[in-house]
Amino acid sequence: MARGIDAVTRTAGAGAIALALVLLLTLGTLAAVAVRAESAGGFGVADWAALRFTLIQATLSAALSVVLAVPIGRAFARRRFPGRSLLVMLLGAPFILPVIVAVFGLISVFGRSGIVSQALLALGFEPISIYGFHGVVLAHVFFNLPLATRLVLQGWLAIPAERFRLAASLGMTSRDISRHLERPMLREVVPGAFLVIFLLCLTSFAVALALGGGPRATTIELAIYQAFRLDFDLGKAALLALVQFVLGAAVALIALKVALPSGFGSGLDRAVMRWDANSPVLRALDAALIALATLFLVLPMAMIAVDGIPALTSLPPSVFAATLRSLGVAMASVVLSISLALPIAAWAVKSRSRLVEAIGTLTIAASPLVIGTGLFILIFPVADPFAFALPVTALVNAVMSLPFALRALVPALGQIEADFGRLADGLGMSGWARFRLVWLPRLRRPLGFSAGLAAALSMGDLGVIALFASPDTPTLPLQLYRLLSAYRMDDAAGAALVLLAASLAVFWVFDRGGRVNADA
Amino acid sequence: MRTPIIAAGLVGLASVANAQDTLTVYTYDSFVAEWGPGPVIEKAFEARCDCDLEFVAVGDGAEILSRLRLEGARTEADVVLGLDENLAEAARETALFAPHGIESPQLDLPIEWQDELFLPFDWGYFAFIYDKTKVDNPPTSFEELADSDLSILIQDPRSSTPGLGLILWVKAVYGEEAGAYWERLNDQIVTVTKGWSEAYGMFVEGEADMVLSYTTSPAYHLIAEDDDTKAAAAFDDGHYMQIEIAGKVASTEQGELADMFMDFMLTDGFQSAIPTTNWMYPAKIPTEGLPDGFETLHEPESALIYLGAEAEAIRDDAIEEWRAASTR
Amino acid sequence: MLTLENMHVDLGGFTLDASLSVEPGRKVAILGPSGAGKSTLLAALGGYQPASGRVLWSGTDLSGKSPAQRPITTIFQDNNLFPHLTAAQNVGLGVRPDLRLSKGDVARVDEALNRVGLAGLGPRKPAALSGGQIARVALARALLRDKPIMLLDEPFGALGPALRDEMLGFIAALADETGATLLMVSHEPGDARRIADDVILVADGVAHAPVPTAEIFAHPPEALRDYLGH
Repeated sequence: MARGIDAVTRTAGAGAIALALVLLLTLGTLAAVAVRAESAGGFGVADWAALRFTLIQATLSAALSVVLAVPIGRAFARRRFPGRSLLVMLLGAPFILPVIVAVFGLISVFGRSGIVSQALLALGFEPISIYGFHGVVLAHVFFNLPLATRLVLQGWLAIPAERFRLAASLGMTSRDISRHLERPMLREVVPGAFLVIFLLCLTSFAVALALGGGPRATTIELAIYQAFRLDFDLGKAALLALVQFVLGAAVALIALKVALPSGFGSGLDRAVMRWDANSPVLRALDAALIALATLFLVLPMAMIAVDGIPALTSLPPSVFAATLRSLGVAMASVVLSISLALPIAAWAVKSRSRLVEAIGTLTIAASPLVIGTGLFILIFPVADPFAFALPVTALVNAVMSLPFALRALVPALGQIEADFGRLADGLGMSGWARFRLVWLPRLRRPLGFSAGLAAALSMGDLGVIALFASPDTPTLPLQLYRLLSAYRMDDAAGAALVLLAASLAVFWVFDRGGRVNADA
Repeated sequence: MRTPIIAAGLVGLASVANAQDTLTVYTYDSFVAEWGPGPVIEKAFEARCDCDLEFVAVGDGAEILSRLRLEGARTEADVVLGLDENLAEAARETALFAPHGIESPQLDLPIEWQDELFLPFDWGYFAFIYDKTKVDNPPTSFEELADSDLSILIQDPRSSTPGLGLILWVKAVYGEEAGAYWERLNDQIVTVTKGWSEAYGMFVEGEADMVLSYTTSPAYHLIAEDDDTKAAAAFDDGHYMQIEIAGKVASTEQGELADMFMDFMLTDGFQSAIPTTNWMYPAKIPTEGLPDGFETLHEPESALIYLGAEAEAIRDDAIEEWRAASTR
Repeated sequence: MLTLENMHVDLGGFTLDASLSVEPGRKVAILGPSGAGKSTLLAALGGYQPASGRVLWSGTDLSGKSPAQRPITTIFQDNNLFPHLTAAQNVGLGVRPDLRLSKGDVARVDEALNRVGLAGLGPRKPAALSGGQIARVALARALLRDKPIMLLDEPFGALGPALRDEMLGFIAALADETGATLLMVSHEPGDARRIADDVILVADGVAHAPVPTAEIFAHPPEALRDYLGH
């Protein structure tokens, strides 16, 4: 068994190294921050306010997203219409949409001079404000309503079609169906969806930076940035970082207990035949819901295109340089993310340990700014941290995309081993041969997806780069934020469009690359 | 799309290939904007120094100081331009600055200047700017402002020098009652931006009735845009004064160039650009005087300012007071 | 001689015990009710399922050896081929599991494909092959691996009756030709009658010693009677 043991040890070894690196980057950096926090002055009034704001906005964002997602998901589940699969696909888009681009789109729709306010003004109403609490929640709902809708829709489609047929044959009304089929499903799906979104909103930075920022609308993540970047108060940054981490880890643990939905399920392009929902009122209701949701989703993105196209020709060269820089960061992030995810996934599958995957997934609770602050403190004594802005951005984003990569890779690898593990064992395929001849070709789809996600997330990230950025080497999202800050709206519109296109393109290239010629 | 990318690459190469001495000046965002003083001054200085003057924008004024603290002696900055008097003491305490070495500089400031490290390059009065076509009865005091339902845009005092200026202004007017005043004003604040540019841009776009800026800001609309609809609300409480300063970084390897720049800063080549690009009063009025239009600006009867150490002593507490009041 | 000494598998609630011997070169069918542990027996023999006790082949203890190190080749119920590799590559894995094949190796692969009647189909991927052809590719690889023991776990379950009959005949012929010892799990008593010399009955957590096929069907023990349904 020498050879077998060898292979297992090697898998575990590589996995352990990758996992150790992840832990070092999350807990290690946290420790670095904590050690540096020599004068951990107490939690001030403003810090409590940040904590309160963080929790309230995350709760409200998650609740609104889920509550709205239920009727919208139901409408999608029971209606068939042309363009439905395109719309369902579009529901996945906000996930890879750079936050700062979306914020730009939202401002052009909901800002004081945006479409909605102009319409309200024309009708004699007060225009709405997108800044502060409302804006932050609005942006979070924009990002997470589609995710929630997908999760709910998945739940609906997981109810076997035969049950609806049975219900119809028994003459059940919509209300009966809701009680016997739909509500039990929702009771399972909704808590998981709520927690995921709550968690995502908990560490929100770019939205709060762009739309909040004042003492009334500061998340803990933003407060860390301010303590670090504005007050140069490492003690305060460390304290906030600890609070952030404990909060995130606690929610993540609860989320792991509640069955966490995967969120990327395929096969959402079918609708369930329903015999109970054919009344004109219900049809109209569903149509209105789908139309409104689509409008809410598509309008900001359309505005980016509308505003951006005319500005493309006159974009400053700095935008292109920033684009190249961001592409470089995205590629590096892909390589790092996959190099971390594969060994951890392999170890998790080989050792059948849920713990390995759980630890890898815990980075979803980690804060990029805490990692960034820690790295800054670690690098500072030996070198100029600002010189490492781009590598650090790539690394932190690789770690942040790890949970999603693991969610895609671990089940896929588990399936490969279940299907072909014995065959490969029997043939003596181990180590590199197994990796090259079995895993790699069979993992193409999840690898392509993970790589695409890592690329898109790092391409559009405005988090740790804001901490480290040296003024002369901004990434594209940072450049866009600066243009927005300087209120150069034309250039910002062009840059937003470039960033949007680049993010979607890198995702598409990798995801597509994983599908082309991939044998089922 | 390919051509600009290649071009950008070539530009990058070219700047590496050029072995000319470079003077790096950290400043705030709006200083280096196309329409700001940066481009004019860069051209004027490079014409006489045979060097490459590089302005690096690191955010709004107060962020420059944080940035310096983060970088320490490793900073690439040779000169820092755009802190203000309210931050002078904090900047002095970093021990990162060297004396400017100019004996009794010729200045046209409303106050006397004695500072070995820092030199002023312009100054102005903070004020709330409004649109005359939209606001009929502008407030004439902080009291009236808080009693009105006008929406305002202000800047974060931790990142922006106007933001800090407003905190000290309220402190100067209200003293112990400043916290209570902020609580009254709270509802009217649309948002607190990180920098001045953002807030002013939002004001121009109509996001709020008033924005914290300078009494000189209407001059921009008047002179550059031929638009006389913008005005500064004159407050009976007096207006807080801002003096923007520059200093030479002690760790610089371009000491001579830095000295040369500090000298140049108080000459016409620099000062004549200030009124119509930075829209502030020049620290030394150039030979041709102030441009037409400046005479229309409101001149406060009483100017308020905390100098150096005094500002430093109350700054942190005043900011904390504002943050605490603003979170309610 | 293949000998199982006090072999014991514990799957938590389900156990399987076996102490038996199989003469070399015999073709043995493993019969029994579903869930009795037929596949578990095969997995333990193949080294895929940890078991206590000893497994001996010609006096050598196989316990603790990895599947690839045992003198055994296994053909599974399904997933015998990697869908992303061509038929020739799938066969080539039997020569070198890292697929770094020499010219001579490639020639041997072609020869094996010829032998199972798949000449010229080497470049095809499994998706482009019929069920019978897929089974033949797996056999071609087994031929190349040239192990003295061949385990088959209901290998032709998915094939129609005619094709299944044909493949059984083919396998029997191959086993006769190479002198390999054959153990085949089947739920189809007809399969046993068709090619097996002996039958191992697995029932109630015990794998019984092999009994000649004709004899066991003439005088079926109770467990087999229940299974056969008469």
